[in-house]
Amino acid sequence: MSKEKASPRDLPDARGRFGAFGGRFVPETLISPLEELEKAYREAWTDRSFREELDFYLRDYAGRPTPLYRAERLSRELRGATLFLKREDLCHTGSHKINNTLGQCLLARRMGKRRVIAETGAGQHGVATATAAALLGLECEVYMGEVDMERQALNVFRMELLGARVIPVRCGSRTLKDAVNEALRDWVTNVDHTHYCLGSVVGPHPFPTLVRDLQSVIGKETRRQHLERTGRLPDCLVACVGGGSNSIGLFHPFLDTGVRMVGVEAGGTGDDPGQHGSTLRLGSIGVLHGARSYLLQDDEGQVLETHSISAGLDYPGVGPEHAFLKESGRVEYVGVSDAEALEAVDLLCRTEGILPALESAHAVAYAARLAREMGKGASIVICLSGRGDKDVNTLMAARSRGGERGGEITAWADHDSPFPYNPDPPAPFRLPG
Amino acid sequence: MDGKTRLEKMFEGLGGRPALIGFHTAGFPDRNASLRICRFLLEKCDALEVGIPFSDPVLDGPVIQQSSFRALRAGFRPRHIFSLVGELRKASDKPVLIMTYYNPVHRMGHGPFCEAAAEAGADGILIPDLPPEEMGDWRETANRHGMAVILFASMTTPDERLRELGGLTQGFLYCLAVKGTTGLRESLSRELAPFLEKARRLCSQPIVAGLGISKPEQCQEVGRLVDGVIVGSALVKAALDAVIAGEDPAIAVSALAAQMHEALCSG
Repeated sequence: MSKEKASPRDLPDARGRFGAFGGRFVPETLISPLEELEKAYREAWTDRSFREELDFYLRDYAGRPTPLYRAERLSRELRGATLFLKREDLCHTGSHKINNTLGQCLLARRMGKRRVIAETGAGQHGVATATAAALLGLECEVYMGEVDMERQALNVFRMELLGARVIPVRCGSRTLKDAVNEALRDWVTNVDHTHYCLGSVVGPHPFPTLVRDLQSVIGKETRRQHLERTGRLPDCLVACVGGGSNSIGLFHPFLDTGVRMVGVEAGGTGDDPGQHGSTLRLGSIGVLHGARSYLLQDDEGQVLETHSISAGLDYPGVGPEHAFLKESGRVEYVGVSDAEALEAVDLLCRTEGILPALESAHAVAYAARLAREMGKGASIVICLSGRGDKDVNTLMAARSRGGERGGEITAWADHDSPFPYNPDPPAPFRLPG
Repeated sequence: MDGKTRLEKMFEGLGGRPALIGFHTAGFPDRNASLRICRFLLEKCDALEVGIPFSDPVLDGPVIQQSSFRALRAGFRPRHIFSLVGELRKASDKPVLIMTYYNPVHRMGHGPFCEAAAEAGADGILIPDLPPEEMGDWRETANRHGMAVILFASMTTPDERLRELGGLTQGFLYCLAVKGTTGLRESLSRELAPFLEKARRLCSQPIVAGLGISKPEQCQEVGRLVDGVIVGSALVKAALDAVIAGEDPAIAVSALAAQMHEALCSG
């Protein structure tokens, strides 16, 4: 029997493929452990007691459901569509990452693994893994690029407080990509007793599906909350895309609707290689970290260095389901520059009293532009995937560079900035609370 | 050709002893020096694997990582592998295999890659991150150009799958001697002997062990259970150390390979 047109929500297929993307490009040593993981996950997902335990922790420990907040002042300032913020920044540990790590650590415990490892870029996934591991009594080690340890020093300390060991990664670009490499090397060595708690919808099958299913709680809640609030679905969803976990979590429950969806990648400082993390917008098809997807690579297949002011988007790969959604045209993928993201931080702080993570600020920046385009009466949901406390050092450094920022904007932008650059000297930054 | 591949002829001509297959990272420390190292190695070994340096060597430990990064920094490009293999083919009739991560092959395209490899005179291609399930038309394409597609087996591989891999592989079955990345190991895993015995039982092709085998004594010990031993990191480390010390890496590498060869002959 052949289906005329399968819903994109039914993917992946039995081999872990989203159309031409995904799969399991791993060494033989990991084939059998990945099959075991897939089986354990399928069993757990249909086991009521597992789901109830996960729901319990998501509600009573992580603070779900998170609010869908109508950002009145922000909407008014932009004089356009109504903006809603899905407040994943209010989750325990400060980002959506906890949705995934609670699920995976419960699964690790169910599989009898006593140790979990993770990679982290911004440190949010590392903190969320360390948290879930502490909660469930698992040993935890986190790989983090040396560059990222510097720019996210606060999160390094948090992980250590939580009893995790943070292992600096000194090879390659010393960022997220190399942290994934090191975590894979650890996993292939210690696979008997270790679960790799992968933080995004990347990697070999079943990770892209497993992480998506755990993050889909974002979109399921959003759908229900928006319906309750307005009696209809939103017109547009906007989320940032590094590996793509918060975005797929928001988008997936809407895939079979007509709702417009926009994924926002790191535009960095320009479109030349090494200046950005715009994998879907500027990359090509390749195989990295166990899956076929889009990739920033040179013409001989070597992976390129990337840049973003936000560590969480500083990654040359992207989840295979996003590659599929790009090819099918269901989701638009765009870029937002470092400078625009910084402006969006200011904008959200000033109008709503919310300090977003630099990653999430990319989504805010593009949504601000869309709000003007789509105009009054339209409704846009932004996934505010994390809070910005971890970024204060980066923000302070950006502020002290001061006047450079105007230059950066004109050097990059091929469009007008969504909100005018304020030439007045900015007020000093203050931590909330 | 008389119908037999170079790999088949190699295994037949060993007179009962296990083969020594050496490895070197192509382009390390630079193109010319790596050609010289490979030539020296090929003299001491029964066959040679040359690795294409890749930006993200997830399956490699620190030694091969370092050699790969240095090769890339010295300007080595994946397509240079073909001229390197071509030069080796002029000098020797022993089997030469190309080891690569999948992405450079994916990028170049299956057909063009195999065509260039065949033209250079390679005998087979090993891609550790391309399991049979993901091969697409890789196997047919490689075979059309006379390239053997060599598969891997691991201690984590279930029996049924091990039997399948043993049936599918061409030339030999590459049995991963450790769970983990390439690199030097002080001692061999206790799980290794039972695994190799099982592979022998379930697979009719020659059995070759590699990964983590770093000393002549280890070659000898593993050699008793297999048809061949692959040594990578230990040889690359000898080259790295020599380069750092300002000595000739080709001589250092071939001296170590000679010791290993002797250990295998007297095993």
